[in-house]
Amino acid sequence: MALWRLGGFADDGFARLADADALPSDGAVIVSLGRWLSERETLTARPAPVGVAVEAGADAQAHLADLAGRPLIALAFAKFADGRAFSYARLLRDRHGFRGELRATGDVLIDEIPLMLRCGFDAFEVENGPTLAALEAGRLPGPAIHYQPASGAVAETSPGPRPWLRASAAEDRPLSRPRGPSADC
Amino acid sequence: MYHYDDFDQAFVDARVAQFRDQVDRRLAGDLTEEQFRPHRLMNGLYLQLHAYMLRVAIPYGTLDARQMRKLAEIARVYDRGYGHFTTRQNIQYNWPALKDTPDILAELASVEMHAIQTSGNCIRNVTADHFAGVAHDEIADPRPYAEILRQWSSLHPEFSFLPRKFKIAVNGATHDRAVIQAHDIGLQVVRNEGGEIGFAVYVGGGLGRTPFVGRKVRAFLPERDLLGYVEAILRVYNLEGRRDNKYKARIKILMHEKTLETLKGEIEAEFEARDRALLDLPPEEVARVAAFFAPPALELKKPVSDRVERRRDKDARFASFLAANVTPHKAPGHVVVTVSLKPIGAPPGDCSADQMDAVADLAEDYSHGEIRVSHEQNLILPHVALGDLPAVYDRLASVGLATPNAGQISDIIACPGLDYCALATARSIPVAERIAQKFGDGAKARAIGPLKVKISGCINACGHHHVGHIGILGLERAGEETYQITLGGSGDENAAIGQIVGPGFSYENVVEAVETIVETYMGLRADASETFLDAFRRVGLAPFKEALYERSAGSDI
Repeated sequence: MALWRLGGFADDGFARLADADALPSDGAVIVSLGRWLSERETLTARPAPVGVAVEAGADAQAHLADLAGRPLIALAFAKFADGRAFSYARLLRDRHGFRGELRATGDVLIDEIPLMLRCGFDAFEVENGPTLAALEAGRLPGPAIHYQPASGAVAETSPGPRPWLRASAAEDRPLSRPRGPSADC
Repeated sequence: MYHYDDFDQAFVDARVAQFRDQVDRRLAGDLTEEQFRPHRLMNGLYLQLHAYMLRVAIPYGTLDARQMRKLAEIARVYDRGYGHFTTRQNIQYNWPALKDTPDILAELASVEMHAIQTSGNCIRNVTADHFAGVAHDEIADPRPYAEILRQWSSLHPEFSFLPRKFKIAVNGATHDRAVIQAHDIGLQVVRNEGGEIGFAVYVGGGLGRTPFVGRKVRAFLPERDLLGYVEAILRVYNLEGRRDNKYKARIKILMHEKTLETLKGEIEAEFEARDRALLDLPPEEVARVAAFFAPPALELKKPVSDRVERRRDKDARFASFLAANVTPHKAPGHVVVTVSLKPIGAPPGDCSADQMDAVADLAEDYSHGEIRVSHEQNLILPHVALGDLPAVYDRLASVGLATPNAGQISDIIACPGLDYCALATARSIPVAERIAQKFGDGAKARAIGPLKVKISGCINACGHHHVGHIGILGLERAGEETYQITLGGSGDENAAIGQIVGPGFSYENVVEAVETIVETYMGLRADASETFLDAFRRVGLAPFKEALYERSAGSDI
């Protein structure tokens, strides 16, 4: 598995913590939503960054607003065809003001990455071989022009007077500056 | 009609390039069929019983002569010389090769067409009244709104992986010709007391194995809020629609399980929380898009044509055509001509490349270059001068397109059925053919009057049998085809799901059962002006049940 951001592949500064694992005293970690809910005080008091991994479902929707202050949220695509996390991303970015890293995990495939970017994802855990190859080749598929505004977190331009048209930035597609614990936590 | 600007053209061109790359990767084995499937579906490509099937969008059923000629050319070069017009105002090609499909999409892009979102779990081609812009009873042309929705929904980043397909229809007249209450979202253009344009919004309609008539969630949605409200509906659906069972994944099931009040509350809450600046419809943008749909400048003409009257008197077939296939235009001295794709004894909706070219020529010569496709699988020449009717009729007749049966019992909607479809459980096209042969397009059919027969070859209901005045559903029971009949369905502003009349009929006996139903209606109608649907609403199922199961030997279960 590799972590990709718009600028290219990056080191993952966060360690994934299973629910049974003891909480390390330092180092950035990602915990499950369940653990976050039950150990919130301990986790918040911890000086090192704590991100939260969220599976699609009723719980996810109920707790999105709570998570907006986290440095990282990982939204899982159990199957690429399960599109709920696209809406979670829009809500996190545009309604709850989430400004941390929004990471797509699970069944992350090259043809969905442009859509994920437009919904406000800015980091991707990639396992699929052809997707890795395409990203290594610097290739993002699909039109770089769009018929509708995307998440407000995505910097796109308006290519003309028609109100909803948008264009991705020419070279690197729009993104909030890649961030990670090593950079600014 | 709408014309692409540089942006629109660049978009479809980029989309063709993307699909070409996806097909290359599929052929190279980089994409599994499962991974390729959503992409081919989002470009209208299905895997059918015998081959791939490509479904091309004809947004809200409006196209011009140049586009129709391109459809003909594609049928000739890449298919077997014909295409099939569908109940969602699209055209399907049944025999393209996978490797050719990017070229077909490139051909389409050259005439401002595409196959984007004609299938898949996304927002499908937006449909509208096929008489838009020419109907007498129009409040406003629905097509500008359909076009705005088409654009906004194209490759929408948030709504491309919905629980299931999502269909939107817009109707702009008082009579609903777009079956909006059988759609996930139905939009009816209305005016409020202040004379402002808005929409009555229906949600949760749908046919399939669990049919529901759409429920009204808003009586008046201001025009400005169109996209904001539709986005709110889609977001609630994307978040909460069921994903555990594809047969329970449409928004109609969410509506049913949550109740109208709860779902409506959630939609309204989502709508209230929206970013107001983002999707409000500026009047200037509505006006800009609406300008594309301005009617052609039609010369004022006399509302009666001597040439037509003379021909009517001496040519009974022409008279039948006038009565069934010709509808008044809102401009005096003009008419709307329905070109029936239901010749007696042939598959409903099929059209040969030569016929498409002929219709294109006629559109150029007599209809300001414009053509429509109706959800009833017919073509329409929307702007014909009354005096040109004899010439139009003769040219249609010369290519087998003058069947005078629009709206009659032989103007049947039927799905491809067991002959073409991998999902079908029974034949539908041959049943449609036999019914058409039984009643024909002559005096017998005229005496019966307006009657919509709709046939589906499986419970997915692509033939819309639930909203047929007579609906026929082909099922398989113990290895035999059996046909369940429903009566009293309707897809107009008084939408209703048909009621099952009783046990099913065999393939052999189903046509006889339809005949019994029709004879029963003819016997009990108040007079010739009482239509089948009106009569059914007055008398209910009982007389039909009795005729089918007590007096006749038609039943075999």
